[in-house]
Amino acid sequence: MPSLKTLRIRINSVKQTRKITSAMKLVAGSKLRRAQDAAVAARPYVERLERMVSSLAQAMGGRPDGNPLLVGTGSDKVHLIVLATADRGLCGGFNSSIVRATRRRIAAVLKEGKTVKLFTVGRKGREQISRDYGSLIIEHVQGIGRRGPKYDEAAKVAERLTALYAEGAFDTCTIVYNRFKSVISQVVTFQRLIPFAASDADAGGAETKDLPIYEFEPEEQDIVSELLPRNLAVQVFRSLLENAASEQGARMSAMDNATRNAGDMIDKLTLNYNRTRQAQITKELIEIVSGAEAL
Amino acid sequence: MADTFQFELVAPERLIYSDQVEMVVVPGSEGEFGVLPGHSPLISAVRPGIVEIFEYPAIKSKARFFVAGGFAEVTAERCTVLSSIAMPVEEIDREAARKGLEEAELEIRDAQGDAEKARAEAAIVIARAMLEVAGG
Repeated sequence: MPSLKTLRIRINSVKQTRKITSAMKLVAGSKLRRAQDAAVAARPYVERLERMVSSLAQAMGGRPDGNPLLVGTGSDKVHLIVLATADRGLCGGFNSSIVRATRRRIAAVLKEGKTVKLFTVGRKGREQISRDYGSLIIEHVQGIGRRGPKYDEAAKVAERLTALYAEGAFDTCTIVYNRFKSVISQVVTFQRLIPFAASDADAGGAETKDLPIYEFEPEEQDIVSELLPRNLAVQVFRSLLENAASEQGARMSAMDNATRNAGDMIDKLTLNYNRTRQAQITKELIEIVSGAEAL
Repeated sequence: MADTFQFELVAPERLIYSDQVEMVVVPGSEGEFGVLPGHSPLISAVRPGIVEIFEYPAIKSKARFFVAGGFAEVTAERCTVLSSIAMPVEEIDREAARKGLEEAELEIRDAQGDAEKARAEAAIVIARAMLEVAGG
């Protein structure tokens, strides 16, 4: 039976923890709102650009001399996986679920006899994946999105990707991130960045069919070579925004759980404390009574 | 009231302008072009400059936006301009633009490799255009 003093210390410490977790929950809640607003605000740009790229892709369709960002290198030997995670932990299964899915994907691709390279964005993802596949990491970026990801930061990542692609470091590129569905549900999503693939979420079937025939100014080739890197940056940006919102959502629900658990624990400890105290008083009374009887 | 079409100016971080307008002039990479309702479908690159909204047929300027280059998509019933940086001309911070220009000029001096150089050059062009537009 623990002594009253240790119980009291325990209760106080759990109370402190609860204060911290409930504060973190509130902070995550307000950050989540901001991250969600940012994700919503970025949506029009992504949609318009995607529409433009799809109509371009259609106009250029089937040309073998098309831009490599659009049609690929023609081989599919080396896969680059961009692993986008958070820099910080304490957000439930957020980071681990991305890493777990990625690990499975890597194993599957390796099994087919292909090569995998990793580009990690965010500290936690690298820490976790480097246990198994540390040697595959070719690039790493962190510190993105302390105040919500900025377009410039995404553009820099995309620039690195384009440069690596131009060097022939990989054939296809996929980004893994958590798509924000709701506060309690985030979906690990693989999206192919190179060669270009319209994300199925936005491609409204009817809209893509009856696209008008555009004139291009300057030539298709020139415009495509400018538009595709831009599109890449935007796709990365969108993923990072979704990730940021998911991270805060995951943290919020994790901290909510932690706060609730701390409350339960305090109740249990308090009950235990009172019981111990009662037992001690009873014991003292018995000692006094039996002492008096003995006289 | 003349015919209108939907005009949208979009930056990655937000939708800057979205409304029915009568006429827009866009700084295309091959020269400025005006858009009226019923324009033939066009996709064009955009160079740094001013996107200006007019009343038509009175040709009275309604609003002016700075864009740092990007793309424009025009169809008969809409015109969409996508730009990595876009803002109303009145909101240009001349000091910040000048500082940006200086920084870019420094950067081009220590630039290593073509990619960095190209980026710095692009930044200079944008900053210059911004200053010119702000009249500084």
